[in-house]
Amino acid sequence: MRDSLVSIFKKSTETYEEFYALNDVSFNVNQGESIGIIGKNGAGKSTLLKILSKITPPSSGSIIARGRIASLLEVGTGFHGELSGRENIFLNGSILGMKQKEIKARFDEIVDFSGTEKFLDTPLKHFSSGMQLRLAFAVAAFLEPEILIIDEVLAVGDAEFQKKCMGKMEDIGRSGRTILFVSHQIASIKQLCLKTIYLESGKMMMQGETNDVISKYLTKSGSQSQFSISDRSLQDTKGKELYFENIYFTDASGQRKTEFLHSEDIHVVFETAGINKLGFTLLVTVTNEQEDPIFSSETKIEGNKTVLKINKDFLKRGKFYITATIHIFSTKPEDKIERNISFTILDFDSEWAKYDTIHYSYSSFGSVIGNCEWLKY
Amino acid sequence: MPYNCIFVLMEYEIKPQEKISLGLKELWQYRELFFFFTWRDIKVKYKQTFFGFAWAIFQPLLMMAIFTIVFGGSNQEGLPYTVFSLSGLILWNVFSTGVTSAGNSMVTNANIIKKIYFPRLIIPISSVLVSLFDFIMAFIIFIPFLFYYKIHVSLLFPLMLLVGVVITAISTFGVGSLLAALNIKYRDIRYVIPFMIQAMLFLTPVIKVPSDTWKYILAINPMYSAIELFRFGFNDQPLQWNFLLISISSAVIFFVVGLFYFRKTEAFFADLA
Repeated sequence: MRDSLVSIFKKSTETYEEFYALNDVSFNVNQGESIGIIGKNGAGKSTLLKILSKITPPSSGSIIARGRIASLLEVGTGFHGELSGRENIFLNGSILGMKQKEIKARFDEIVDFSGTEKFLDTPLKHFSSGMQLRLAFAVAAFLEPEILIIDEVLAVGDAEFQKKCMGKMEDIGRSGRTILFVSHQIASIKQLCLKTIYLESGKMMMQGETNDVISKYLTKSGSQSQFSISDRSLQDTKGKELYFENIYFTDASGQRKTEFLHSEDIHVVFETAGINKLGFTLLVTVTNEQEDPIFSSETKIEGNKTVLKINKDFLKRGKFYITATIHIFSTKPEDKIERNISFTILDFDSEWAKYDTIHYSYSSFGSVIGNCEWLKY
Repeated sequence: MPYNCIFVLMEYEIKPQEKISLGLKELWQYRELFFFFTWRDIKVKYKQTFFGFAWAIFQPLLMMAIFTIVFGGSNQEGLPYTVFSLSGLILWNVFSTGVTSAGNSMVTNANIIKKIYFPRLIIPISSVLVSLFDFIMAFIIFIPFLFYYKIHVSLLFPLMLLVGVVITAISTFGVGSLLAALNIKYRDIRYVIPFMIQAMLFLTPVIKVPSDTWKYILAINPMYSAIELFRFGFNDQPLQWNFLLISISSAVIFFVVGLFYFRKTEAFFADLA
């Protein structure tokens, strides 16, 4: 109000830049298909879902839908702490578009799935947060719309419950309903969706088979974290006999990327420039996010390209940083790049992934897998 | 699934908003949600209170007692002061609680609005329904007063009750939804509402009947006609049609303006909430 009052007296000099959260995005989804939507933060995923679920209208373009659309942009929307579990099931179901009859018919299944039967008549505010989430997901999972829109709701509960949720989602997909699924968890997209859409800055980058799209996404999302000569000033390299020109990561096939599955070999490529008459040594230290050094390795530099291969199934999930030094006879480093290049290890299926629960913390098990053996007597 | 099973699917299009429609068909599809929101708000309102629903009765009775002590004594409009003020208060409370909760309803329910689609009108309408529920409780207490003071009740009483309630309901909804829509954009409304309600109480014939000189202006208040017509059912006083017509028109205008402004702006509530 104040703005519009002020504007009467003041000529508006500000110009507004138009911003489209989504532009030129079009796709078809057939009945019974499960479509994944991936993209970085701010790519327009949530806006797309909001438009699809009628929460915000598009400023241009249109969507043609056949069937009831239900959206799960957040579990437990409309839950009220003062009401009991039972009352909240009815309220939440109704807000999500279910008829009272349908809720009654599915009531026992919902309670059973959430495992909250003992507390049904307790006000929700006395539930633990885990229980609230389980109840919320259960209500949503037993909705039966023709089209279901899901935004990252699976990131709830412990590993066991997440597994149960994924199972339920797969059932929904198999029952001929259409699912649109947004997630950062690539593993869940892989498990649920045959086709995937990749958005970047409001534009459709790619759509197609999930595996193709995901590998493109992983490759693309990595293109920013590498080191190249353009990052260095002249001052930086002046007077150095040998210095780093480029440092980047590739997989075994030579494809550049920075996100790797734990089951992939990682090649760290160091490109150097200068004169190597003295026989310099390249020393590499890999540190984790807490700046703890994990391991180091060194080699004599020959030629202008040196590659370090980090074996698969060696590092656990997480972000790792490279510190690289060029030196000779362990004296003062000739050139040093410290901790500003990183790669990420993803892990959805190793024996450690199952420890990602509220009771354990994956990261508390260390950064390396450590190929030990148990000897039996 | 074999072909003997035919799905009849509703087809619709989501596109930029072009014209305002009332969307009555859609409201009907979501009719159960009216019940659930109203039921939730009634339940939550009196949850964890010792007296529970009795609060719906205490409030008007206490106000009546205070008004009688301060302003009471002489009859007003041919009614003992207690009956005069209580009859005004029970309808006034519908308006004051209804406008307050409807006016804030979009902001208090922002988390739902941002995440789920349903016709937004359901929320302010439910707020009005909640205050009508309180009215029913208070009305039950009002009846014994009519008997105690041996007031002559005309045959028109049920009709006048209905007219009074309808005018109250549409003006509460109109003002409430207008404020709700404005509130989501200009949070100043949150501070305007309590002040406005307090001021309007003195301009409504609840405490005293205003003098005729000011009535032409005061009759713009939609609650003037609601309360006067309701009282007509038991006070044997002639109706002042000129003032009533101004007030009824004002109720209808508030209803239409509130409804259309709400419908016009609701598409963007999720962005502003």
